[in-house]
Amino acid sequence: MLQYIVKRLLLLPFLLVIFSIFAFIIIQAPPGDFVTSYIADLAASGSSVDQAQIDALRERYGLDQPMHIQYLKWMGRIVTGDLGFSLDWRKPIKELIAERLMLTVLLGLFTFVFTWLLAIPIGIISAVKQYSFLDYFFSVFNYFGVATPTFMTALILMWLAFSVFGVSITGLFSPEFVDAPWSMARAEDLLRHIWLPMIILGLDGTARLARIMRANLLDELNKPYVEMARAKGMSEWKLVIKYPVRLSLNPLVSTIGWYLPLIFSGSVIVATVLNLPTIGPMLLRSLTNQDMFLAGTIVMIYLFLAVIGTLISDILLAWLDPRIRMG
Amino acid sequence: MDNDTNPLLSIRNLKTYFEMDEGTAQAVDGISFDVYSGQVVGVVGESGCGKSVTIKSVLQIVQKPGRIVGGEIIWRVQQADGQEKLIDLAQLDAQGKKMRSIRGSEIALIPQEPMAAFSPVHTVGSQIIEAIRLHTAVSKKEAKRIAIERLHEVGMPSPEQRMDAYSWELSGGLRQRAMIAMALSCNPRLLIADEPTTAIDVTTQAQVLNLLRKLQQEHNMSIIFITHDLGVIAQVADYVVVMYLGRIVESGPVDDIFHNPQHPYTMALLESIPTVHSASKEFLPTIEGSIPHPFNRPAGCPFYPRCRSFIPGTCDTQTPSLQPVNEKQSVNCFLHHQTAVEKQN
Repeated sequence: MLQYIVKRLLLLPFLLVIFSIFAFIIIQAPPGDFVTSYIADLAASGSSVDQAQIDALRERYGLDQPMHIQYLKWMGRIVTGDLGFSLDWRKPIKELIAERLMLTVLLGLFTFVFTWLLAIPIGIISAVKQYSFLDYFFSVFNYFGVATPTFMTALILMWLAFSVFGVSITGLFSPEFVDAPWSMARAEDLLRHIWLPMIILGLDGTARLARIMRANLLDELNKPYVEMARAKGMSEWKLVIKYPVRLSLNPLVSTIGWYLPLIFSGSVIVATVLNLPTIGPMLLRSLTNQDMFLAGTIVMIYLFLAVIGTLISDILLAWLDPRIRMG
Repeated sequence: MDNDTNPLLSIRNLKTYFEMDEGTAQAVDGISFDVYSGQVVGVVGESGCGKSVTIKSVLQIVQKPGRIVGGEIIWRVQQADGQEKLIDLAQLDAQGKKMRSIRGSEIALIPQEPMAAFSPVHTVGSQIIEAIRLHTAVSKKEAKRIAIERLHEVGMPSPEQRMDAYSWELSGGLRQRAMIAMALSCNPRLLIADEPTTAIDVTTQAQVLNLLRKLQQEHNMSIIFITHDLGVIAQVADYVVVMYLGRIVESGPVDDIFHNPQHPYTMALLESIPTVHSASKEFLPTIEGSIPHPFNRPAGCPFYPRCRSFIPGTCDTQTPSLQPVNEKQSVNCFLHHQTAVEKQN
């Protein structure tokens, strides 16, 4: 087991290097650079820029150098912990994303726990009581969950909250806490706001996960080992939880890997609609403004999370399933 | 207490049906037989004849939509005070405490596929320990000791190490031995073996059969042995029940069934076994046709479309019943007893 983990950890840096190259290429792919869109912005507001100023800007940000040099310089800075400077916001990136990243991870974790706590029991009940009233009820609920876009749910809930209770439920903080330093009161305020985006983001995932859990469990429930456990005299629920549920969780555990980055990117629209101070809307803006270092950093963080997520799910799976651990 | 006169298990007119949208499959349709203490009863028949459903009915583990719709399964229980009590298993709640206390402890199952019958993510040892602790109040340590003892008894090499093995790490024969050890873990009085040798190769088959025979004698257990292999039946069974399409067509002591078969189906089955005396390069006799679909059961005797002694006007209009033909054998055929019409005349 330990050997398996070490092997996976050693692979990690190589993967990240390969991913960083792809991230850089993708970010560089659109024609033009930040200076082009900066000039376009200036031109739109009526002021003109002369060529000397443009060249000076390009030189300052190293945009006049060939791509591989730019990449190496960028990587060199990242390795030493310097994430660079946002051209758009004119602030160091580290400062810019620290809190947003924290809030995004927090929201992601809340959503993840909410999704699993809801979806797994629903999936189990739907499978064990297949074709019962509850099964049909959850099926309808799940189809609604899958079919309704999350931003739609967000808009409906916002409208409901506003028209019925007269409260505005955007953001993750009350106005007085938005820029306040961290304190117990601010953390409490966060908890008071985070449940709504958690439910909105979670419902979609819950519906999917519950369907998968139901299908997995239905496959397992007819296996001979279930009948054998029954023939041993185990009580029905105990044996269902101990054997088939355990086995049908394995394929789900291996999806945690891509679930982590999915929460991040999937929440972009919802975060925009709900005006959440998470990282999604920032990525969107950095991409439209060709703020390459910021976009590059965020994409790198996504990729890092994807790799870490896969690693976590692989380790979990190996821990859960001896066939993988020893095979 | 006389073991020879009172059967341990009496199945009386058991009916297990599967009600589906397409119709009702009468998987087991009114069968009756007894199992005496220390007796090995072999149940033979083609695939789909209802052998497995019969024993699943006894254990009350028939899968939905299957359901016991009629009949009795009388189980003789010895109580602590030495008294005997009869319980109708068919009346018990399938998931209730009483049924579960009998399942696995007094009546144990050896399944067809030992590979799939062990959970692949739990060790063999933990699953045997679980079976022991379900029915006996012993500590984990004591249960482990019993489990190792059982594994030793079924001839598992180095049982201590195998306790921590997963089923897929064992060979087919060892896996089935582990299964037998688990079935024996609570000293059952009746062992139900559902084609225990089908999934393993022939040499290992012989070892497993010998082992079962040996254990049966040592523990004085009864065994219901299900198989489609007549050779296996000849080796292990004392008494044979031949099934066809949910019914018993013939039953009797093993020697009588093999040397003096009465029902055309039994005769045809026996003829289709190759022997060392049969001429080589000649086709073996086969039974014409195939088993009718359970939704499409023929009227009258279910075997008549394939029967060479078919009596037109009788076999296809009236249903025969299982009746004794001599002191030992019973046959379900109009060749041996009158039709209802003849009786009325």
